[in-house]
Amino acid sequence: MSWGASFIIHLIAALVIGLAVPALSALVLPFAVRRLSGFISDRLGPNRVGPQGFFQPIADFLKLLLKEDVAPLKADRLLFRLAPAVAFITPVLAVTVIPFSKGFTIANLNVGLVFIVAFSSFTVLGILLAGWASHNKYSLLGGLRSVAQMVSYEVPMILNIIIIAMLVGSLSLNDVVGAQGKIWYIAVQPLAFLVFIIAGMAELNRTPFDLPEAESELVAGYLTEYSGMRFGFFYGLVEWGNASIWSLTGATLFLGGWRGPFAGSPGWLILKVLALAFVVIWFLATFPRLQVDQLMNFAWKVLIPLSLVNLGVTGLLIILLPDNFLPPVAAFSWASVIAIILLFRPVLRRALLRKRVGRKTTLALSQAEG
Amino acid sequence: MKFERETGNQKQETDFGSQTIVQETDIGRDQPDLHLEEMVLNMGPQHPSAHGVLRLVLRLDGEMVVSVDPSIGYLHRGFEKLAENRTYLQFFSMLSRLDYLAGFFMEWAYVRCIEGLMEIEPPPRAEYLRVIAGELNRIISHHMAIGDYLLNLGALTPVLWTFRDREDVIDLLELLTGQRMMYNYARAGGVRYDLPDGFEEQCRQFLKRFPARIDEYEELISGNEIFLARSLGMGVISAGQALDFGLSGPNLRASGVAMDLRRHDSYSVYPQLDFDIPVGVNGDSFDRYKCRIEELRQSVRIIEQALDALPGGPVNMRVPPMLRPPAGEIYRAVETGRGEWGNYLVSDGSLRPYRLKMRDSCFVALSTMPKILPGNKVADVVGIAGSLDLIMGAVDR
Repeated sequence: MSWGASFIIHLIAALVIGLAVPALSALVLPFAVRRLSGFISDRLGPNRVGPQGFFQPIADFLKLLLKEDVAPLKADRLLFRLAPAVAFITPVLAVTVIPFSKGFTIANLNVGLVFIVAFSSFTVLGILLAGWASHNKYSLLGGLRSVAQMVSYEVPMILNIIIIAMLVGSLSLNDVVGAQGKIWYIAVQPLAFLVFIIAGMAELNRTPFDLPEAESELVAGYLTEYSGMRFGFFYGLVEWGNASIWSLTGATLFLGGWRGPFAGSPGWLILKVLALAFVVIWFLATFPRLQVDQLMNFAWKVLIPLSLVNLGVTGLLIILLPDNFLPPVAAFSWASVIAIILLFRPVLRRALLRKRVGRKTTLALSQAEG
Repeated sequence: MKFERETGNQKQETDFGSQTIVQETDIGRDQPDLHLEEMVLNMGPQHPSAHGVLRLVLRLDGEMVVSVDPSIGYLHRGFEKLAENRTYLQFFSMLSRLDYLAGFFMEWAYVRCIEGLMEIEPPPRAEYLRVIAGELNRIISHHMAIGDYLLNLGALTPVLWTFRDREDVIDLLELLTGQRMMYNYARAGGVRYDLPDGFEEQCRQFLKRFPARIDEYEELISGNEIFLARSLGMGVISAGQALDFGLSGPNLRASGVAMDLRRHDSYSVYPQLDFDIPVGVNGDSFDRYKCRIEELRQSVRIIEQALDALPGGPVNMRVPPMLRPPAGEIYRAVETGRGEWGNYLVSDGSLRPYRLKMRDSCFVALSTMPKILPGNKVADVVGIAGSLDLIMGAVDR
C-alpha cells in the first residue's frame, strides 16, 4: 500500500472512530445515567421512548437541534461559539491512540500516553472560554473553578500515568496492553488505580467534584448561557465523550485493555469501559459535592503526596529489582491501599475537614420539664 | 435519655467562624499592583436553590462571601390584609398556602386563636386528630428540609428517597383531610372530618416501616465524609446568638436550647404524650440536620401514641356558621416543623378579624444569614440556607 493510500485510510478511520466514540457515548451514557440513577434513587427514570427509554437521548438530541441558538447580547460571540468546538477536540483526538484490539489502533504513537494527557487539557480551555465568553457571573465562577480544579487534578493523574509507564517501560498504549498479558495493572498498582479514579472524577467534572457546573450553586456553571445544540455539544459530546475517553484510558492502563478471557477483542474493552462508566454514574447518584477549598486541599495535600510516594517507591523498586519488580510493587501498593482504608478516619480525614471545632456530643435528647 | 456520637475531630482546638476566614480574604491586599475587585452576584430570585423566590445579593471576593443581603417580597400576597376582608371561615382555605409544605400548622394556630377568644374547647378526639395531622405534617416538612438540604449540597439521591416516603405521608393526609397539601382541615371547635376507614391501619403500617427508612437516610447521609466536611462547623449559630435572633424550631434546638412549644406551651394533648426534644450542641448545619432526623423519630412516637390513645366521640362541636369571636386580642402559637408559628388576632366582635398578625420562624432564620454567611464560600451559601430550612411562602406571606 502506498503511503498516500495508507494516510487516507488512517484519516478516514480516525474521523469515523473519533466521532463515533463521543457520539455513541453521548447516546448510551446519558441513558445509563438516567436509568441507573433512577434505580439508585428508587424511581423509574425515563422509560417511554423506545425500549426501556433507550431512545430518550436521541429524542433529546433532536429537540436540542431544533432549538433556537441563543447567545447573550454581551457575550464574546466568537469565543462563545468556539468554546464547544475547542472542548470537543479532546474526545475526538484522544481516542485515536487507544488500541481497540490486537493491531487495531488508529495511530500507534510511541508517545500515546503523552498524547492523551496533552489532549485531555483541551477541555479545560474550552470550559474556560465558555465561562469567560458568556458574560455571566455564574459562568465565570464555573469556568474559574474548572480551571483550578482540572489543572490541580491533572498532576496526580499524570503522576499515576507515569507509574504505569515506568512499569511498562514504554509510553505507547499498545505496549501497555501488551505488558498486561499475565496480570492486569489494577492488581499490581491498586493505589495508582484508586488515585486515577478519584482524579478522573475531578477531570471529568463529575460528582463529587462537579463544582464547575454545580447546579445548586452556580445554576449550571459555565453552561449557564448555553442552549440548543451548543449545550448539547457540551453536555452530551464533550462531557460524556470525555467520560468515555477516561474510561478507555483507565481500561487500557489498568484493566488490560482489549485483553480478556477466550480471545482479546474490542468487546472486552467496551465491557470494561462500561464498568468504569458505571463507577462514574454510581458516584454521581451517591455523593454530595465538595467545596472549592476542600477540593484543592484534597488534590494538593492528599492525592499528590500519595502519588509522589507511590511514584518514588515504585521507581526505587524497579531500579533495585530490574528483573522481577512486579511482586514487590504489588505488595507495596496493596499494603498502602489497605493502610489508607484503615487510617482514613483518624488521619486522612483531617485534610478534608479543614477547620473543625472541638466538637462535643452532637445531640442530646432533652426531657426537660416545661 | 442521652446518647453520644463521635463526629469530627475532637482534639483540634481551632478558632472557627468568620474571624479566621475573613483574614484569608486579605491575601494580596497589601500588594498595590494587584488589582482585586469584589463581584456582586444576584443569587435568585430565579435560582435552583432559591427555596421559592429568595433573592440574595452576595458580594463576593473570588469564591469568598463578603456580605449577604437577603431581599424578600417576591412572594408577597398580602395575607394579613386578606384576612381582614374575609369572614373567619372564609380565611381557612388560604392558610395552608403560607407554609405550603406543612399547611396544617397554620390552620392549627388560627383555630387556636379563635377558640381562645370564644373560650371553647374542642372535643378530645379532635385534639388527637389535630396532633396526628400536625405530626404527619412535621414529617413531610422535615422530609423536604433534609432532602432539599442535601440537594443543595449536590447529592441527588437523598431528596428522591425522602420524596418517596413523603409521598406515603401525603397519601395518609389525603385520606385524612381530602387534600394532599392544602388541607383546610381544622375548624373552630374541632376538625372537619373524622378518621376515614382504613386510615388507622395504613398509618400504622407506615409507622412500622418508617423508622427503617430513617435509618436508611442516616446510612446514606450522616456518615458520608463529604457531607460531614460540608456540614460540620458550617454556619454556626451559638445558643446566645440564636436566642438574640429569636430563632425557633430545629434551628434553635440545634444550638442547644431545648425550647419546644409542644412542651413549653403544652397546647392540645401534647402534655399527655411522651416524646423527647432533640437538642444539638454546636449549632452548626450538621446539628440542624441531625435534629430534624431525630424529630422524625419522635414524630413517629407521637403519632403511635396518639393512635393508641385516640378517644371516641365527636370530632367537632356546634359553633355558629358565622363565627363572631367576642372583641379582644389573643396570641397563640404552634410548633411547626420550622419553628414557632404565631398568630396575633384582634377581634372587634364583627364577622371579620380586625387584625391578624402572623409571626413566622423562617423570616427570623433568613435574617440570620447576613450574620452567619460572610466568610464562607459561595457553595456554603446554598448549603447553610438549606440547613436553615427556609420557605418563602411563609417568609413573604
